[in-house]
Amino acid sequence: MKGYALRQLLQLAVVIVGISMLAFAILHVIGDPVLLLLPQNAGKEEYERYHKLLGLDKPIYVQYWKFASRAVQGDFGTSWYTNTPAFKLVLERMPPTLYLTTAGLVMALLISLPLGILAALKRHSFVDSLCTMGAVAGQAMPIFWLGIMLIIIFAVRLRLLPASGYGTWQHFLMPAFTLGAFLAPITMRLVRSGVIEVMNMEYIKTARAKGMAEWRVVIKHAFRNACIPVITVLGLQFGQLLGGAIVTETVFAWPGVATLTVDSIRNQDFPVVQCAVVLLALIIVAINFVVDMIVGFVDPRIRVGG
Amino acid sequence: MSAVRAGDVALESPGASPARPQEAERSLQRLWRVKWGLAAALLLLLIVVGTLAAPLIAPYSPVEVDIRHRLGPPAWMEGGKTDHWLGTDQIGRDLLSRMIYGGRVSLLIGVAAVLVSSTIGVLLGLAAGYFGSRTDWIIMTVINVMLTFPFVLLALSVIAVLGPSLVNMVIVLGVAGWPLYARVIRAETMAIRERDFITAGRALGMSHVRIIFRQILPNLISVIVVIATLQVASVIILESFLSFLGLGVQPPTPAWGNMLGEGRVYMLNSWWIAAFPGAAIFVTTLAINLMGNSLRDWLDPHMKL
Repeated sequence: MKGYALRQLLQLAVVIVGISMLAFAILHVIGDPVLLLLPQNAGKEEYERYHKLLGLDKPIYVQYWKFASRAVQGDFGTSWYTNTPAFKLVLERMPPTLYLTTAGLVMALLISLPLGILAALKRHSFVDSLCTMGAVAGQAMPIFWLGIMLIIIFAVRLRLLPASGYGTWQHFLMPAFTLGAFLAPITMRLVRSGVIEVMNMEYIKTARAKGMAEWRVVIKHAFRNACIPVITVLGLQFGQLLGGAIVTETVFAWPGVATLTVDSIRNQDFPVVQCAVVLLALIIVAINFVVDMIVGFVDPRIRVGG
Repeated sequence: MSAVRAGDVALESPGASPARPQEAERSLQRLWRVKWGLAAALLLLLIVVGTLAAPLIAPYSPVEVDIRHRLGPPAWMEGGKTDHWLGTDQIGRDLLSRMIYGGRVSLLIGVAAVLVSSTIGVLLGLAAGYFGSRTDWIIMTVINVMLTFPFVLLALSVIAVLGPSLVNMVIVLGVAGWPLYARVIRAETMAIRERDFITAGRALGMSHVRIIFRQILPNLISVIVVIATLQVASVIILESFLSFLGLGVQPPTPAWGNMLGEGRVYMLNSWWIAAFPGAAIFVTTLAINLMGNSLRDWLDPHMKL
């Protein structure tokens, strides 16, 4: 277990360095910060002065080192737009994003667990085909459109729920459902195939032979064992989930990191964009690490093979 | 199938074999099994031909403004006119025509970006799987970094720096999508590398390049085709999202994404402006996914994707 943890930690460190390089490259290699910062009619001398002021005349590795060593201390520079530290701005917007992600995850499980188990138990039946079709349709659904259709139906037509914003539990319903619908199809398929696989195992036959009630067999034996692959993939899908949260936030004007990032991109406020990108990626990496650890702990085959 | 069976004497010529009708039935059965895929492929063909022939079938020009009939509802609703079947948008452009034209950009970007990402992904996947050791480690690390990043966030921030244009969209969506191919191709290559015919090829003195491209790659074509098909759908969704935010295809060029983004402002009274373009995206990606799934089942039911 120790060796496995060390290996994963080493990989974690490499990935974090990679992420910081990517975030750095987005602004400094692909674009020119001076051009983005100065007005378009600025002269050549102005350009040179700013170039030097931002330290862009130094070699690229020196610039990266400066960026990275500051970032480690939580200093991503000051927002060009509001003149407050970028780190503080992003951190303030983090809780709504995390709440939304959690709510979306819960919603996805509420949809996919019962349907997945049902589809697996009634394999090749009408219910099963219906669930599979639903999953295929769900995967093709652009969730920003789904969100807008929900707003049109439930907020504009029926006037049941608030169209956008943040605060009460009613505000959570539509965004959570939208995000849940994004994750539910793949989760449902995993649960279905997991339960199908487990139901053929010897210990299920044993449990049945003992005269255990069928629902108890399913809940106590089948479902528990089908959970391992589901947890693994869900953990690894966390990046996708955050990606979905970004889309959902922009549709419902949710005051999270994603809306901040999109607004900052529109304002060309790159320190904030960089900071948001790095922090979101760090969260994903951390969650992946924890999932790897849990799975390695639960299933010895993985930590040896890894 | 009409070859001599064990203990059988071939008295008939293979052409007159009684197995014939059975075989026809079997291939019909096979076709029936992929009926959804065929239907989806047909629908997709319709969409592609429709967008290509847009100038011929669209009733209006996509940029023709008719300010007197702005925000007109679809024909079947109260106040709707049969001049504009799906209604008009905020400055009186015909929604149906814009939707037919709008598919062009989405499909073009989808296919072009997939070509870029599959080329990069397949080459790197082959290199990682075939050479192993250090090459593999470097490529896998890059893949891990890229897969950790939410695709959307990466595309958003790069587009923000580069500026939105058709070519930039293709580059960004193409570069962001390659790790998926690389990961699958790497695993497949590693499995094939251990097979006897590769060892035989090496023993015969074939170069690495020849083995990779002439012996390994042909075995991977079906996997690549399936991933690429399914990827077109996700690229279309991502492109639409970028355009929806105003960071993708720029107006007045019609694209499903930017139509949806513009329509969002008017959804209080004119729901159709946002609803129809989104439905077009949904139907297209659904058709592509159904076709891709059938293609996978048809080519290789054991493929793990």
